[in-house]
Amino acid sequence: MASITNPDNRRPVAKPPNKLFRNLSAKVAALPMIATALVIFVGCSAWSIFYSFTSSKSLPREKFVGIDQYVRLFKTSRWQESMENILIYGVCSLVFSLIVGFLLAVFLDQKIRFENTFRTIFLYPFALSFIVTGLVWQWILNQNFGIQKVIQDLGFTSFELDLLSNKDMAIYAIVIAGLWQGTGLVMALMLAGLRSIDQEIWKASRVDGIPAWRTYLFIVIPMMRPVFVTTLVLIAAGIVKVYDLVVALTDGGPGIASEVPAKYVYDYMFANNNLGQGLAASTVMLTTVLIILIPWGLMEFGEKKAKKQVIDG
Amino acid sequence: MKFKTSLITSVLSLGLFGASASATATDLEVTHWWTSGGEAAAVKVFADAFNAGGDNWVDGAIAGSGGTARPIIISRIIGGEPMGATQLNHGRQAEELVEAGLMLDLTELAEKEGWTDIVRPSKLLESCTLDGKIYCVPVNIHSWQWMWTSLKAFETAGIEAPTNWGEFVAAAPKLREAGIIPLAVGGQAWQTSGMFGVMVIGIGGMDLWRSVYVEKNMDVINGEDMKKIWQAYDDARNLTDPKNSIQNWNDATNQVISGQAGAQIMGDWAQGEFSVAGQTAGVEYDCLPGLGNRAVLDTAGDAFYFPKNDDPEVTEAQLRMASMMLSKEVQVGFNLKKGSLPVRADVDLEAANACMKKGLEILANPENILPSGDQILNRDTQGQLEDLSSEFFADKSVTIEDAQARFSEILELAE
Repeated sequence: MASITNPDNRRPVAKPPNKLFRNLSAKVAALPMIATALVIFVGCSAWSIFYSFTSSKSLPREKFVGIDQYVRLFKTSRWQESMENILIYGVCSLVFSLIVGFLLAVFLDQKIRFENTFRTIFLYPFALSFIVTGLVWQWILNQNFGIQKVIQDLGFTSFELDLLSNKDMAIYAIVIAGLWQGTGLVMALMLAGLRSIDQEIWKASRVDGIPAWRTYLFIVIPMMRPVFVTTLVLIAAGIVKVYDLVVALTDGGPGIASEVPAKYVYDYMFANNNLGQGLAASTVMLTTVLIILIPWGLMEFGEKKAKKQVIDG
Repeated sequence: MKFKTSLITSVLSLGLFGASASATATDLEVTHWWTSGGEAAAVKVFADAFNAGGDNWVDGAIAGSGGTARPIIISRIIGGEPMGATQLNHGRQAEELVEAGLMLDLTELAEKEGWTDIVRPSKLLESCTLDGKIYCVPVNIHSWQWMWTSLKAFETAGIEAPTNWGEFVAAAPKLREAGIIPLAVGGQAWQTSGMFGVMVIGIGGMDLWRSVYVEKNMDVINGEDMKKIWQAYDDARNLTDPKNSIQNWNDATNQVISGQAGAQIMGDWAQGEFSVAGQTAGVEYDCLPGLGNRAVLDTAGDAFYFPKNDDPEVTEAQLRMASMMLSKEVQVGFNLKKGSLPVRADVDLEAANACMKKGLEILANPENILPSGDQILNRDTQGQLEDLSSEFFADKSVTIEDAQARFSEILELAE
């Protein structure tokens, strides 16, 4: 690179080394992974998109029907409900797991006693699978022997907690269970981020008399940007693929009130033997993710590249 | 050290024993979704009979409804890891698997044992047949068109037990006053959608049913008669427990058994639960075929398919199992436990209870027999109807008109 950008061209060798062969051994080592990524991610996505334009039933067949599958998909009220639900679930779990996770991490970072114990307690739900989480919350929220029963037995007979049988609230039951399961991980990541902040910064801010909350908000959080990005990616991936939690907790019910897109895809592909419809739904999911991901990726990584070039130049 | 050697020898001898045993007996894994009390008892009849023949029944019960089990079963067969035998509802569910050549052809055995002569109604074997070849063994006749009433519940409410749907709807307010849920239903979609099918036949009658599901006559589907069905369905959703948290059908049946609920619309497999609970038809509970209005039953049922296998020994064991399932004693034993009717007429059903006898009487007249939903609609259409009915049932803001319009859209697209 230097030989091209440097106008003096002080290097005696005329030919610049071929870019392709730089770090050759590293590139060779990465080949299997690159191949896997291409075949599995790109290849299979292309296959899915291709067959979403066919009328495939339980086996893939090349009988093209244009965009019929998509027309039917967007007319289906279950799909509309699913998209609405994933939006609610996504926004709630993103916002709350970040806020609650960060606050818990801050709380643990106060050099409190029994920090290990608390950390374990908060992180423990993450060790459970979504299926177990769903079952546990199904029991907790069950109206005949869950929280409602306990509180009614305490004497508050009019108390009612009908998250699971109320069609407007069922999706929030899933949000709650998801948060209970996932917030511990966010907390652990945030705590690691907080610990990586140089203590000198805290000393400096104390000398300047800046209150702790302002230090967190304006100094520490901006410094933790990489941690936030990692966390965001993890949470977002969890949101898109939420399926098992719904199956275990509500099975999409009551009615279709807590259906999610991944469940629609699964049900139509496997239970209802309509591959074309399932693939159309999964293609819409992929497109939605890409619409969010590409601008963000360009902003996040495109910017860095530009900055790096400025520094290099 | 000594312990170690003895352990090794015992493991070796076990291995040898296993090898010698497999020469005569073959393990066959059988997948099915029969997990409620009555169902499990019925499966045991099969397993015992198969083991008595010297083979080994490896039970592969899949918990949950057919909706959970079917995808697991189908993906195992497609994925090249077939089980020895599997339950599926006959009809169109396995059609594509058969077309793809993944199922064992049973024609030879069927001809030898004369299945076409003994299986009744013959339609059952027809749904197992593709291009003149037989691919499955029908094992029972189940029909959906039953309403089960708890006599105790009506006694508690101080009213006569209803003999048809209209009387039941009229009696419902009294049940509510007595703190009894009029209609028990589980949350799974197939239950509400099955209930709808029962109402079309029970309230609308055979002609309406035929023009809706078989002929798919759009004028009828959008017409007044069909609207009446949706109104009755609307009544039904208002008769259920608004705080219902029950998912499984057998839990709903249990509400009827214990008298917490007045009635349930459910297929005759519910009968297995009543008999496990030790109740007698006509004493503690009663049954109303065709909602008490019309003596009509469909003849759906379960069938066993045998996925193709490379091992000739397994194939032989599969044929042995197929033959066992249709044998007289097994048919009687199995169906008495399951609450269903046997697929052959030449068996002795002295032990059958009052409800089963009602059923047999109805089936004796071929005009009373309907093809089942599994046989006329494919899974895709059924799935859409299930989504619609479960949404309608849970969400009271979906009006009768909306639902009817969407129902007609789904049937218009149906193949």
